[in-house]
Amino acid sequence: MSNAASLRCRECGRDYPLAAIHVCDFCFGPLEVRYDYERVKRNVSRQSIENGPTSLWRYREFLPCDSDEPIDIGAGFTPLLRAKNLGKALGLNNLYIKNDTANPTWSFKDRVVSIAATRARELGYEKLACASTGNLANSVSAHAAASGMSAVVFIPEDLEAAKVLGSSIYAPTLVKVRGNYDAVNRLCAELAGSYNWGFVNVNVRPYYSEGSKTLGFEVAEQLGWRAPDHCVVPIASGSLFVKIRKGLEELAQVGLIDEPKTRMSGAQASGCSPVAAAWEAGSLNFRPQRPKTIAKSLAIGNPADGYYSLVQLRETNGSCGNVSDDEIIEGMKLLAETEGVFAETAGGVTVASLKQLVDRGDIHPDETTVAFITGAGFKTADAVVESLAPPLVVDATMESFENAFNEPQPVGANA
Amino acid sequence: MALKRVRFTFPEGLITEPVIYRMGHEFNVVTSVRMADVDFDTGWVILEIEGDPSEIARSLDWAEASGVRVDPVTGDVLEG
Repeated sequence: MSNAASLRCRECGRDYPLAAIHVCDFCFGPLEVRYDYERVKRNVSRQSIENGPTSLWRYREFLPCDSDEPIDIGAGFTPLLRAKNLGKALGLNNLYIKNDTANPTWSFKDRVVSIAATRARELGYEKLACASTGNLANSVSAHAAASGMSAVVFIPEDLEAAKVLGSSIYAPTLVKVRGNYDAVNRLCAELAGSYNWGFVNVNVRPYYSEGSKTLGFEVAEQLGWRAPDHCVVPIASGSLFVKIRKGLEELAQVGLIDEPKTRMSGAQASGCSPVAAAWEAGSLNFRPQRPKTIAKSLAIGNPADGYYSLVQLRETNGSCGNVSDDEIIEGMKLLAETEGVFAETAGGVTVASLKQLVDRGDIHPDETTVAFITGAGFKTADAVVESLAPPLVVDATMESFENAFNEPQPVGANA
Repeated sequence: MALKRVRFTFPEGLITEPVIYRMGHEFNVVTSVRMADVDFDTGWVILEIEGDPSEIARSLDWAEASGVRVDPVTGDVLEG
């Protein structure tokens, strides 16, 4: 049995059973898993976690699943890299990169889906579903395949070929929806209410979102059981942003780390920046936007946890980056060229925002800062391919090689 | 009969317009405002709409055509 006690409304505090529900019937607030922390405290220690599997399931005492055999394809426990070169380039002395490109389907979505799939199976669902612009679709398809469940995955019609392939290889029922993001949203919201499927980020959302807090657990453990001073996190729905802090707070609540004083800063692309725009306006009310950015994995114009993200920015004395598509590409290149990590466009948003926050003086150079890189670059290769230096093309002679090698090279293919 | 919950976001130009009242008169739907925050230049309303499914769909198309942004009550379902 898990240590989960109930689902609780984040707004009015009403409790609900641990069922497939996600919204409070009274106030429409989001439901969140509540745990029996006294029981967690009795069952867990630093040693017991360190002896656990090298996946997010090492933190199972903090997760809402009962099963002894979770759907685990190896999500989590990704590297925390000491980013000295990037830190030097940005003027940060204690910078780390949490490299979640190292997950089984190359994005942090494997964390949330591993838990959602396990819980959906426990709740009796035989079919998983989602609506996604890429990473979530890839992960749902893979977890369904590995668990013997079936999957129905909805994607916008114009999705890039690499992202479609990243789902179709696992043989889900893949549905391309014609129309803009609003149309896809509306259809999928209706489907989620009509079909008895485990829609991972709708009716299973309270469990799904718990996967994100494992990033907080891991960072604290990998830093030697302490919370970082500052986290910089890309904001899409906002769930990842608020759950990383929840992870740190839960560790403190059961005595595994000291009370965290972590500043939480966000990162958004200017082409879809409802949270960043509200933050700049000093408001806790964001205005929904119609996304237009190369960072499609962050293209959520009406973020479910937008309000809570803004509250967290305020509570933790954080800040929020707001960066252009050109800055995103520069961020992707800077991360690759300094740390050897090829991130997708969302990673470019994080690195570009990190730079922006440093330039604004919002991050102190000596703070222990962790930047979260949430997806791998091959998924969005089209975004940078035009801006990279071309290879040298030579004849098979020493002379030809030396002529080409000694010639000054352009920076960027089209420079 | 069906019941649907949606979130309306009003742009500044529609703040003073009785959009929900008109929707209830032009279409055979019953509207109930469950939560709202309306300011002088923007506002949102969480609305329950009861009626025949096709009539609800027509009423929402009309609201969107009038300039209201219509979203699922829980935020975007589509994720990265």
